Amino acid sequence: MSAAITRDEVAHLARLARLAVTDAELDVFAGQLDVILGSVARVGEVAADDIPPTSHAVPLENVFRADELRPGLTQEQALSGAPASEDGRFRVPRILGEEA
Amino acid sequence: MSDLTRLSAAELASRIHSREVSAVEVAQAHLDRIGSVDGAVHAFLHVASEAALASAALVDDSLAAGTAPASPLAGVPLALKDVFTTADMPTTAGSRILEGWRPPYDATVTSRLRAAGVTILGKTNMDEFAMGSSTEYSAYGVTHNPWDATRVPGGSGGGSAAALAAFEAPLAIGTDTGGSIRQPAAFTGTVGVKPTYGGVSRYGLIACASSLDQGGPCARTVLDAALLHEVIGGHDPLDSTSIDSPVPSVVAAAKQGADGDLSGLRVGVVRELTGEGYQPGVQASFDAALRQLEKLGAEVVEVSCPHFEYGLAAYYLILPSEVSSNLARFDAMRYGLRVSEGASAEAVMAATREAGFGPEVKRRIILGTYALSSGYYDAYYGQAQKVRTLISRDFTAAFAQADVLVSPTTPTTAFPIGDKVDDPLAMYLNDLATIPTNLAGTAAMSVPSGLADGLPVGLQIMAPALGEAVMYRVAAAYEAGREALVAPEMTR
Repeated sequence: MSAAITRDEVAHLARLARLAVTDAELDVFAGQLDVILGSVARVGEVAADDIPPTSHAVPLENVFRADELRPGLTQEQALSGAPASEDGRFRVPRILGEEA
Repeated sequence: MSDLTRLSAAELASRIHSREVSAVEVAQAHLDRIGSVDGAVHAFLHVASEAALASAALVDDSLAAGTAPASPLAGVPLALKDVFTTADMPTTAGSRILEGWRPPYDATVTSRLRAAGVTILGKTNMDEFAMGSSTEYSAYGVTHNPWDATRVPGGSGGGSAAALAAFEAPLAIGTDTGGSIRQPAAFTGTVGVKPTYGGVSRYGLIACASSLDQGGPCARTVLDAALLHEVIGGHDPLDSTSIDSPVPSVVAAAKQGADGDLSGLRVGVVRELTGEGYQPGVQASFDAALRQLEKLGAEVVEVSCPHFEYGLAAYYLILPSEVSSNLARFDAMRYGLRVSEGASAEAVMAATREAGFGPEVKRRIILGTYALSSGYYDAYYGQAQKVRTLISRDFTAAFAQADVLVSPTTPTTAFPIGDKVDDPLAMYLNDLATIPTNLAGTAAMSVPSGLADGLPVGLQIMAPALGEAVMYRVAAAYEAGREALVAPEMTR
């Protein structure tokens, strides 16, 4: 049986998930994920074409609350865990660039 | 060692509230116990001695002034899983990516504990972001099982369970996404409850899988768990998925159950959660538990939940999918770790997540990213959601035949540290019997059912959504006829 997931696919998924995984990790993960996927693919054995999906065990929709003022975080509190901040704002690395 | 650490939360509360002993003495006794044994157990990631003593002193002052206790647990110490935010203590969720983070706000569970006058001793160890069944995936070292230091205490809430078994705290809080309260309870001979989904607020609970995560009480006795359940449970406007109805009367149910009369109740044995794959000692303990339940007057019937065998597969598609989405928030921009300053935002994100997340978290993020990819979505995530529906229907049918369902909590007793850490699939099998409850959003708990080869075994009792009262009643009745399990004294 061919692999459910290849090393190249794992590398691509890691890029999508913003994980700079190492070559050594890729080797390990590709094998492990192949085994896991082979196992979880069992869900396909269940005949469920006419079964509605459940995303949430307790069905809820449109939970409303009164639009009332309540205390929130101060700017200082919100920035308290920031890796970098400047002038009361989050300081982030360059977002747009040549290698975008 | 002080005797105070051996008492139940209910007994401690009674002595504190009658001012026979002060809350400060009780807190100090537990802090001393932590000081003497936690080097060997490593249940705690952070011990908040000063804050704990200050909180206890407030309870003592208030009682001295003649004020009624703020709650039935005022002054009783507790160990809090490090996945709930605490404004006055670090909160790491067992991850490097949150090392040293001080949240700007308290979780609702945290603030309810404070309002109830409960003494928070500190934060307990856990698998990173609650992903794991052994605490070996914590970035801060493994927790040792007080019954045998070479074995795991279970996970992800291994720290909370070990703290109870080692008498470092009489109460603890855990979270249960696929068994993270119940499996550690089984492995350490303690009581752990996964409430109905929405029964305890998730506000300030760092998310693993939002549709499955549920905070709940951990203790050494059923009554103590019930007392804690009523303190933390109930509707919270800050969590729109919390259930807007009264907390089930679990304390009254536990007291009623202690009479030991279960006549008129039907207990369903889930055929698919016994037999093959269960360690012989675990199965023997379960069979003995069934005989005892019959002796208490319950009628034991067999029920079948044919889709439970697909629960593990569905869970390991749904959970990673939610994880891959939830953990996107760790982006190195607003809080937490940031590495490689100066590059592009995307490079900083990828480098930070690579450095800050452990292997199990990365595996699950990649798996979830895959399951949600276009082209695979229907076959994996979509199909898993349908299986989830079928598992809920299995429960509905089973609860039409029985008031509660029972099974062994776990297929085996606590395994040796290192045994499964490199074999994710073997690790996942720990949660075989606990996962269906999370998928269906129903309630379940684990109570000690004796020993197999010297290690604790858990009996799982499952109830319908908001059916906690009958579950606690059965658990208390079962517990009343048994000797408490006490871990052998640790030698180092």
